[in-house]
Amino acid sequence: MADSQATEAYKIIDHTYDTVVIGAGGSGLRATMGSAEAGFKTANISKVFPTRSHTVAAQGGIAASLGNNTPDHWSWHMYDTVKGSDWLGDQDAIEYLCREAPQAVYELEHAGVPFSRNDNGTIYQRPFGGHMQNMGKGPPVQRTCAAADRTGHAMLHALYQQSLKYDADFFIEYFALDLIMEDGKCRGVIALCLDDGSIHRFRAHAVVLATGGYGRTFQSATSAHTCTGDGNAMCLRAGIALQDMEFIQFHPTGIYGAGVLITEGARGEGGYLTNSEGERFMERYAPSAKDLASRDVVSRSMAMEIREGRGVGKEKDHIFLHLDHIDPKVLHERLPGITETGKIFAGVDLTRKPLPVVPTVHYNMGGIPTNYHGEVVHLKDGNPDAVVPGLFAVGEAACVSVHGANRLGSNSLIDLVVFGRATGLRLKETLKPGTAHDPLPKGSEEMALTRLDHFRNADGGSPTAEIRSKMQKTMQKHCAVFRTDELMQEGIKEIDKIYAGMQDVHVSDRSLIWNTDLVETLELDNLLAQAMVTIRSAANRKESRGAHSHEDYPERDDANWMKHTVTTFEGWGGKDGKVAIDYRPVHDYTLTDEISYIEPKKRVY
Amino acid sequence: MAEFTLPKNSVIKKGKNHPAPEGAERVKRFKIYRYDPDSGENPRYDTFTVDLDDCGPMVLDALIKIKGEQDSSLTFRRSCREGICGSCAMNLDGKNGLACTTAIEDLKGEIRITPLPHMAVIKDLVPDFTHFYAQYASIQPWLKTVTPPPAGKERLQSPEQRDKLDGLYECILCACCSTSCPSYWWNSDKFLGPAILLQAYRWLADSRDEMTGERLDELEDPFRLYRCHTIMNCANTCPKGLNPAKAIAETKKMMVERAV
Repeated sequence: MADSQATEAYKIIDHTYDTVVIGAGGSGLRATMGSAEAGFKTANISKVFPTRSHTVAAQGGIAASLGNNTPDHWSWHMYDTVKGSDWLGDQDAIEYLCREAPQAVYELEHAGVPFSRNDNGTIYQRPFGGHMQNMGKGPPVQRTCAAADRTGHAMLHALYQQSLKYDADFFIEYFALDLIMEDGKCRGVIALCLDDGSIHRFRAHAVVLATGGYGRTFQSATSAHTCTGDGNAMCLRAGIALQDMEFIQFHPTGIYGAGVLITEGARGEGGYLTNSEGERFMERYAPSAKDLASRDVVSRSMAMEIREGRGVGKEKDHIFLHLDHIDPKVLHERLPGITETGKIFAGVDLTRKPLPVVPTVHYNMGGIPTNYHGEVVHLKDGNPDAVVPGLFAVGEAACVSVHGANRLGSNSLIDLVVFGRATGLRLKETLKPGTAHDPLPKGSEEMALTRLDHFRNADGGSPTAEIRSKMQKTMQKHCAVFRTDELMQEGIKEIDKIYAGMQDVHVSDRSLIWNTDLVETLELDNLLAQAMVTIRSAANRKESRGAHSHEDYPERDDANWMKHTVTTFEGWGGKDGKVAIDYRPVHDYTLTDEISYIEPKKRVY
Repeated sequence: MAEFTLPKNSVIKKGKNHPAPEGAERVKRFKIYRYDPDSGENPRYDTFTVDLDDCGPMVLDALIKIKGEQDSSLTFRRSCREGICGSCAMNLDGKNGLACTTAIEDLKGEIRITPLPHMAVIKDLVPDFTHFYAQYASIQPWLKTVTPPPAGKERLQSPEQRDKLDGLYECILCACCSTSCPSYWWNSDKFLGPAILLQAYRWLADSRDEMTGERLDELEDPFRLYRCHTIMNCANTCPKGLNPAKAIAETKKMMVERAV
């Protein structure tokens, strides 16, 4: 075969580690730290320098029930997270998250994160959407620990700084290609070094996927260009199903046009939304939480206002966010980043004028299914919680699931550190440093290299950017805030065609040194597999829950749909393309006896 | 005698010209530095003419459009596209900045784009940051204390103490400042440069850090700190509006204060 001959042309460098973490954002760095501190020989592979990872762009803060600014309790945090998830979250994992959260934040502070402070010297906490006191009854709680509006930046830099202290090897600007699987077990990973094109084969007892979300399947996203869900796609190619991929969060306040994020903290600090009539319309949709209802509710309300002709601007296609009534001193102290962003990307001085905003793709609740230890799970022989040996997933790539059908603001940063840490703890429990390695199966590099070589020499008629743009437009049109059967069925046909069109892709850079043409094409192939899975999972779920708003089935249907979707995909590069859907039950139990299962009820804010 | 001409293999040749699509009315020319390490050829300037009516407002939008439509081999780093990750630092018409937060309309005439100055070029607009990152690690940029952290709660810090970190912690490690500094061009092997010195001062200024003396000892060196000659290019170029020169001055002040 021409393909397998071609793979012989690549130089392969072999490595052996106890743990290999892929991705160096918040969760990847925290997992790397945990593994290294437990005495494991640890490597981290990242396609960007750690502080360039997308965690850096998180603004508003990190949720934990410290109770510094208002009374709080971890069980209140748990209640809000369960309600926010529209009861699709697994309550054992949510209990773990909320109980561990305060300790995880103190740990970050001890590592040097420059949190904003209260007068008494404690960490400043701000209100955020969907976070309440007294088991959802209210009033709003101040739970979101903030470093001005640059919390992700402050946190990611601190985690990177910590990484310089401990003993782990970083492979920076290496692009992970594929997992090495043997008899259902993960044995390692193959990566491409961007600097010189060399191929690196990592043999490991544990591989941790911390590869982030796949926001770039859509045309307008707050996500970075690098958010292409590479780990998700590697799982699909390894035959592992992804979970709840239909649940995509639209952030209410992306800057109109640019898609750049304006933190929910803007509303936490008193900002509010208005329509073309100058009306504060959120009072109609969420009478008690108003502008601080959870994100799916606010985004849907905004989209409704626009659809009914009350959008602002020439095309009446966006909404205004007002901060001009807030004391400029407060803006300067607590929201300096978005003040700057507003000026650069909207040309608006937000101390004087409202910002044009629109719901924008922001976060993937779905991803690689795991338990609360970070171990990847799948359906096997009737066991929905069977662990895939040797494989972990954390952060936005994972679906633990603590966010269910809709994530609350500031619950993602806490997810990163709590489950990044949990993975290290689990490794410590289940693995001994220095355990001997079995030899890798023969041809372990073949699949990754065949695919790499295929795209490197791709000589079709469609440039990568052209296929990518078609996919993004189709997903934006057919799988966005409002979904109908008809719209999604059309979308499936379109996406199928675009996927098949990947066989005609053209890469013009044949080099092995910093070939971003090739990397973007590999990323596009990853995105397309996830787009295929996402739109079919969405069309399959005949109810409305959290971020999945189905107009033909406007109500939540617990009798039939209180379950996780798990979806597999076959093929790559436009070939095959078969999608199969199955289900896992939602965990209807908690972790300890200290709190009982929170029963589903109607979600009103 | 000092040599003032470029070595022969660094002379930039004239490259390809990519015209605008037909019918484009409002156009802008981008003259972009290209270097292909595989070819063994000299670097060159390629010219791309972009239709501004079909392009986003920022220089990064133009680069992505060029890569997507005119030459997909054009190589540059980019990620967040909102000025927080620091990936797309480059030299834009003679001034270092981030391509994602620099508006095309703010640059007059033909826009010349080159990699950050005075770093080894890997390919096109991608320079080698290895030395810069190693210098960052050398200052041990993490919170160092003798007192153990309080169990089960945060260290306290007053808002006034916390204010001292403003203008310091926001650094995104893009290296725009260091690579605009003539002292750093001349002595980057030994001089830490503005970005790293700003980071060093960030820990000196943190009320929680207990290694001030040791940190100052590490910096007290004719090169590491004192090669700064207050040229101020750093403050002038920082895309985040930070002022490394001020941080360096504060560090020098601390040196004097502990000496007297």
